[in-house]
Amino acid sequence: MAVVRSPKDLVAGLMFIGIGIASIVIASNYTLGTAARMGPGYFPRILGILMILLGAIIALRSLRVTGPPLPGWKWRPVLVVLGSVLIFGLVVDRLGLVLSTIMLIMMSSAASVEFRPKEAAISGVLLAVLAVGVFVIGLKLQIGIWPGAR
Amino acid sequence: MDLLSHLALGFGVALTPVNLVYALIGALLGTLIGVLPGIGPVATIAMLLPTTYALQPVSALIMLAGIYYGAQYGGSTTSILINMPGESSSVVTCLDGHQMARKGQAGAALTISALGSFFAGTFATVLVACVAVPLSELALKFGPAEYFSLMVLGLIGAVVLASGSLLKAIAMIILGLLLGIVGTDVNSGVARFAFGVPELTDGIGVVTVAMGLFGFAEIITNLESTEKREMVAAKIKGFWLTKDQFKKAWPAVLRGTGLGSVLGVLPGGGAMLSSFASYTLEKKISAHPEEFGKGAIQGVAGPESANNAGAQTSFIPLLTLGIPENAVMALMVGAMTIHNIQPGPQVMTSNPALFWGLIASMWVGNLMLVVLNLPLIGMWIKLLQVPYRILYPAILLFCAIGVYSINNTSVDIMLTVLFGLIGVIFVKLDCEPAPLLLGFVLGPMMEENLRRALLLSRGDPFVFLTRPISLGMLIAAVLLVLVIVLPNVRRTREVAFQED
Repeated sequence: MAVVRSPKDLVAGLMFIGIGIASIVIASNYTLGTAARMGPGYFPRILGILMILLGAIIALRSLRVTGPPLPGWKWRPVLVVLGSVLIFGLVVDRLGLVLSTIMLIMMSSAASVEFRPKEAAISGVLLAVLAVGVFVIGLKLQIGIWPGAR
Repeated sequence: MDLLSHLALGFGVALTPVNLVYALIGALLGTLIGVLPGIGPVATIAMLLPTTYALQPVSALIMLAGIYYGAQYGGSTTSILINMPGESSSVVTCLDGHQMARKGQAGAALTISALGSFFAGTFATVLVACVAVPLSELALKFGPAEYFSLMVLGLIGAVVLASGSLLKAIAMIILGLLLGIVGTDVNSGVARFAFGVPELTDGIGVVTVAMGLFGFAEIITNLESTEKREMVAAKIKGFWLTKDQFKKAWPAVLRGTGLGSVLGVLPGGGAMLSSFASYTLEKKISAHPEEFGKGAIQGVAGPESANNAGAQTSFIPLLTLGIPENAVMALMVGAMTIHNIQPGPQVMTSNPALFWGLIASMWVGNLMLVVLNLPLIGMWIKLLQVPYRILYPAILLFCAIGVYSINNTSVDIMLTVLFGLIGVIFVKLDCEPAPLLLGFVLGPMMEENLRRALLLSRGDPFVFLTRPISLGMLIAAVLLVLVIVLPNVRRTREVAFQED
């Protein structure tokens, strides 16, 4: 029974193997061509093979070389930060920059353990003004300021 | 002499009011993000790339370059004053710089930092100007096989000289190459890895990848750790150096400048490697090595000059050969491509105003930084006191607007968010994102050169070995790998990166 001495490397190695296999599978849909006349599938296939090789070596080494354990995973920062940006992207063209900004600041601030709602709200309003000034007026980007402006 | 007329052209471009303003903006922004922890030049440049669309190419590059070397100046301020490196290249400055501050010599440390950086910046700019013409002429003789091997050497060199697991870094490069393939194949018109999503047929944008992997992932990782930062700022009592300090410091400045200039050109080199190497050198050749770690001025003067020289000379491979050798340069390639400039040796002849203007403005920027930094220290200190909980939503906002403004579609934001998630996974698994960015930017070029080389050789893969320059580069790449794999070197490398 092999002892996994470096869990991070094992997971990474398996991940790379997976990516390599996926690349070869997807690339098999494209014409391979020959060395002299490379088709669209040629380079991806080479890369896929290299990936699988490297992934295998990394995974095998993880059984021999000691490494740090897998760190914990805190859900709140990841979900809140990414979620708030995602929502920003979805609503900004309908709600306009000002409202979306305030929403983004308020939501993303909640990811921090030091969250203070009033402070976040003020920051949101100030940043909304700054954003409009710099991006819409200064750089002339085409983003609506208020709802329904586009 | 040709060089003088080139420089004259360059300064003519760099000293126009518009470009002076952009150089200033870049330098100030760079110092700002250098001072602020949690955001670095890569994320900032990625964030500003979309906003440079409306600018002239020269102005855009001047500003972005200013951010990179400005960050070197800013990072040293926090290292000295609050023992926290704002930038990875300022880590060594913490060791002796903060100790000097504790002894009441903060002003001297800051001054020698700024002056050493300026000297190094001037020297490096002249070096770039001198080396540019011969190197570009050499590169014009390269065929596709040489270019491919050069890119292989560059990529291997970049990971060999960086910290972390070599195997995983190479795997990240390959992953980057694969991501670069997403999109329509130029030669056959086939949409590859697009999964039927129309927005992917043009490929993934470099801003998207960089922002997600470097910006979002860093913010999330920062939020996960709940350690409080000690905000004990040291008092500054006057800025002048004593004669004795100056005598000890200036040889270190010279050595740091020389070392940084050489290391900056090497693939994977740049500011960080140069500063580490300089500290090690100073400690080794010092008559009183026990002083190091307790406030030896050479421990500040050397690395600070080295990191500035390294940052500037890392532009050489980009401007002369078109090969980026670290993540920041990879983004500069992205910036040039956005402005329809194909990076490579022909940039010098087809776009001399841009080329020499950029070089000249690096010196102008350095001058601005040394003049502005010391008086503005008070302001930087105040800014450091803004709590992170207020700072990071603002950073997120600028990133989000920047990404959205590329195409005004939410698909770009979704992709960036996805890369943010991927970036966090990579951090957890100790996989470095910088090699991925390098591979991503070079991927299409590598495939194209591989294809052309094989086409010309009628399918003979040994063409890379039969052509002498190409063979030389591949041998160098193998040597680099072997050198790192040897146990002695590996141990030294790990020790060097444990110094903080």
